[in-house]
Amino acid sequence: MATSTMEFKIYRYDPDKDDAPYMQDMAVEVDFAIDRKLLDVLTRLKAGDDTLSYRRSCREGICGSDAMNINGKNGLACLTDIKDLKQPVVLRPLPGLPVIRDLIVDMTQFFKQYHSVKPYLINESPRPERERLQSPEERDELNGLYECILCACCSTSCPSFWWNPDKFVGPAGLLNAYRFIADTRDEATNERLDDLEDPYRLFRCHSIMNCVDVCPKNLNPTEAIGKIKEMMVRRAI
Amino acid sequence: MSKQSIPVRKFDAVIVGAGGSGLRAAIQLSEGGLKTAVLSKVFPTRSHTVAAQGGVSASLGNSEEDHWHWHMYDTVKGSDWLGDQDAIEYMCRKAPEVVVELEHFGMPFDRTDEGKIYQRPFGGHMSNFGEKPVRRACAAADRTGHAMLHALYQRNVRANTQFFVEWMALDLIRDESGQVLGVIALEMETGEVVAFHAKATIFATGGAGRIYYSSTNAFINTGDGLGMAARAGIPLEDMEFWQFHPTGVAGAGVLITEGVRGEGGILRNSDNERFMERYAPNAKDLASRDVVSRAMVTEINEGRGCGPNKDFVLLDITHLDPATIMKRLPGIREISIQFAGIDPIQAPIPVVPTCHYQMGGIPTNFKGQVVSADGAPVKGFYAAGEVACASVHGANRLGTNSLLDLLVFGKSSGDSVIEDVASGDVTHRDLPADFAEFTLARLNRLNTQTGGSNVNETRLDLQRTMQKHCGVFRFKDMLAEGVDKIVEIEKAVARTEIKDKSQVWNTARVEALELDNLIEVAKATLVSAEARKESRGAHVRDDAPDTPENPNGRDDVNWHKHTLWQREGSSLSYKPVTMTPLTVETIALKTRSY
Repeated sequence: MATSTMEFKIYRYDPDKDDAPYMQDMAVEVDFAIDRKLLDVLTRLKAGDDTLSYRRSCREGICGSDAMNINGKNGLACLTDIKDLKQPVVLRPLPGLPVIRDLIVDMTQFFKQYHSVKPYLINESPRPERERLQSPEERDELNGLYECILCACCSTSCPSFWWNPDKFVGPAGLLNAYRFIADTRDEATNERLDDLEDPYRLFRCHSIMNCVDVCPKNLNPTEAIGKIKEMMVRRAI
Repeated sequence: MSKQSIPVRKFDAVIVGAGGSGLRAAIQLSEGGLKTAVLSKVFPTRSHTVAAQGGVSASLGNSEEDHWHWHMYDTVKGSDWLGDQDAIEYMCRKAPEVVVELEHFGMPFDRTDEGKIYQRPFGGHMSNFGEKPVRRACAAADRTGHAMLHALYQRNVRANTQFFVEWMALDLIRDESGQVLGVIALEMETGEVVAFHAKATIFATGGAGRIYYSSTNAFINTGDGLGMAARAGIPLEDMEFWQFHPTGVAGAGVLITEGVRGEGGILRNSDNERFMERYAPNAKDLASRDVVSRAMVTEINEGRGCGPNKDFVLLDITHLDPATIMKRLPGIREISIQFAGIDPIQAPIPVVPTCHYQMGGIPTNFKGQVVSADGAPVKGFYAAGEVACASVHGANRLGTNSLLDLLVFGKSSGDSVIEDVASGDVTHRDLPADFAEFTLARLNRLNTQTGGSNVNETRLDLQRTMQKHCGVFRFKDMLAEGVDKIVEIEKAVARTEIKDKSQVWNTARVEALELDNLIEVAKATLVSAEARKESRGAHVRDDAPDTPENPNGRDDVNWHKHTLWQREGSSLSYKPVTMTPLTVETIALKTRSY
């Protein structure tokens, strides 16, 4: 058994009893033979203090629940290897969104922006009896887009989203906007581009690529945003 | 305390759960114009449908000839003849329609060269009534569940469905006549308890895979719908049947899709032998899941396991073209690197059978209506997906039939609600005066408990007991012992104590309430399993061996029937299997082999 103590500094805030948030020092015995990921260790910490609050579900990086700020960088606890972490491990809620409690943020604004891009297929043509056809090459255009898990790591690492969360769609929303623009089955490309042609909604992106740096699914919102901008230029000439 | 003590909100329908079946039902209701509330413990796209990988079955015949009747045959055979043939026919016939519909909703399926939906082979899916493997699993790489759940959520965004996100349903409301009138639920952000008073209530709460220590399931899969139903006097059907997926990552439990074997992956033991050739000469690695899981455990028990402790076998895809792996199985590669520390292009993946799916559940008919023991619908109550038992999976589910189940029965339950509301069959009946009393007493007990048991330790006790006493192979004495242990654990569950008393996002409280549901499921499972003195599908016991009279240990004379477990007195009753399909001939009982 390779057990050892891991040290943490964790953002704590319970509006029911705390006047203000604070950083709490916490430590826990971990067994490196069993505990691989940060979520495994959070589970141990919570077993010792059931008031520690965070979201989690699938523990395999597909549901997007356990996004948090880990040693200054956004990521998923369930995909973060503990052996690579510098101690004390500093855990904070995702930046830029209101904190509800401990590591749990209010994601209303994030989802509002996602919903604002009409994230659904728009095709008003009569429905064929069978599937709509799409070539493998056309389908490949959706790779790197449809895999988004809406964890918000990207948008909450983006300064433009911090300053204008109500006006700038943010990298996650824009990646999803492009997912439908790129879909050959979607008939609303022009309306989608019109909607984004706005000094804030799209053009607050200054390509600093924080989003690419933190995406736990290795997606590239900056590239998708670039493609939307390119399409706007192309249709203007 | 009276009904004035908690706020009441009125809806035509309330759906509990926003995974695949809940979202599919919600589309029907929202587009059908019913005032609907969808409650979910998590944001909809975080529901566990998101983790499904390999595909959804439908006899589209996009790559080779296929027929819904063959699909039906495979499903009946896969169920070891415990599935109800009316529901199975309904599901398999509806499959092409609901899958095409999903494509129209925007689901990003992979494509064939002709631009049709890509299909791959999967365990137990055969052409021409069991002859040879057929490509029936419609896939979006190895992220089919993720692509499906997001497409369904997106369609609900379009339909303006009203979601109550991060609300946990606590109890079902029934009146004296037994009609279901809605649920009582807890808003996690505020701690507020609210009644959702509805004409119709659909349970789409998913499974309870977390009753086992080693599970592919998410933390949230705690059988909340089953617990609520059991506490409200609804029986649970066929709870002894749990699927152990052959390929969970050893140690981590994370799922590796059967689609890996569909794409050509091979299971090997420590002698590097493709051992499935001995157990299933025809289907080999693509035999049914119960068959493959037992073969793996037998290999391990007989000393041919791999690794320092000889406690896993290997799933080998190193012979596949890396381009195929990158295109068809990219998620599996990610998972293997993350959770097994190996790249499957270069080295085989260590795997063990891991608890994956509950075949049993709340008894329903193929319309998604919950039925009582005599087959009559429970007014106002519907269920779909893993929480329900239609029963299409019987004693063993075929891979990809779970995603199909949630589409077909999510839709049919929604249609039934629309019909029953329109006909006036279900209306807003008055809430009983004391409807909230039971739930508020539970919450109050939890808030005031001192010197009680620890939630985390009690849950671990429960999970380890299930793992040890009710696993892939079952033993008469172990089952009996397991029942005694669960009864002891039940006492600890009744006096759990939490330190966190906050009203705001109290996860300790949620976990304690989830444990109240897990214990009902665990008890139903062990009691039902202990009583069933035969081997069938996923339920295989040492005292029901393979004999000429009872091939594979299956005893059709005495045990070809569904179990019904009632919480009250933990009592059992049985009901016959429906052998008459809707339009075709009965698929007669036969010995099952692959």
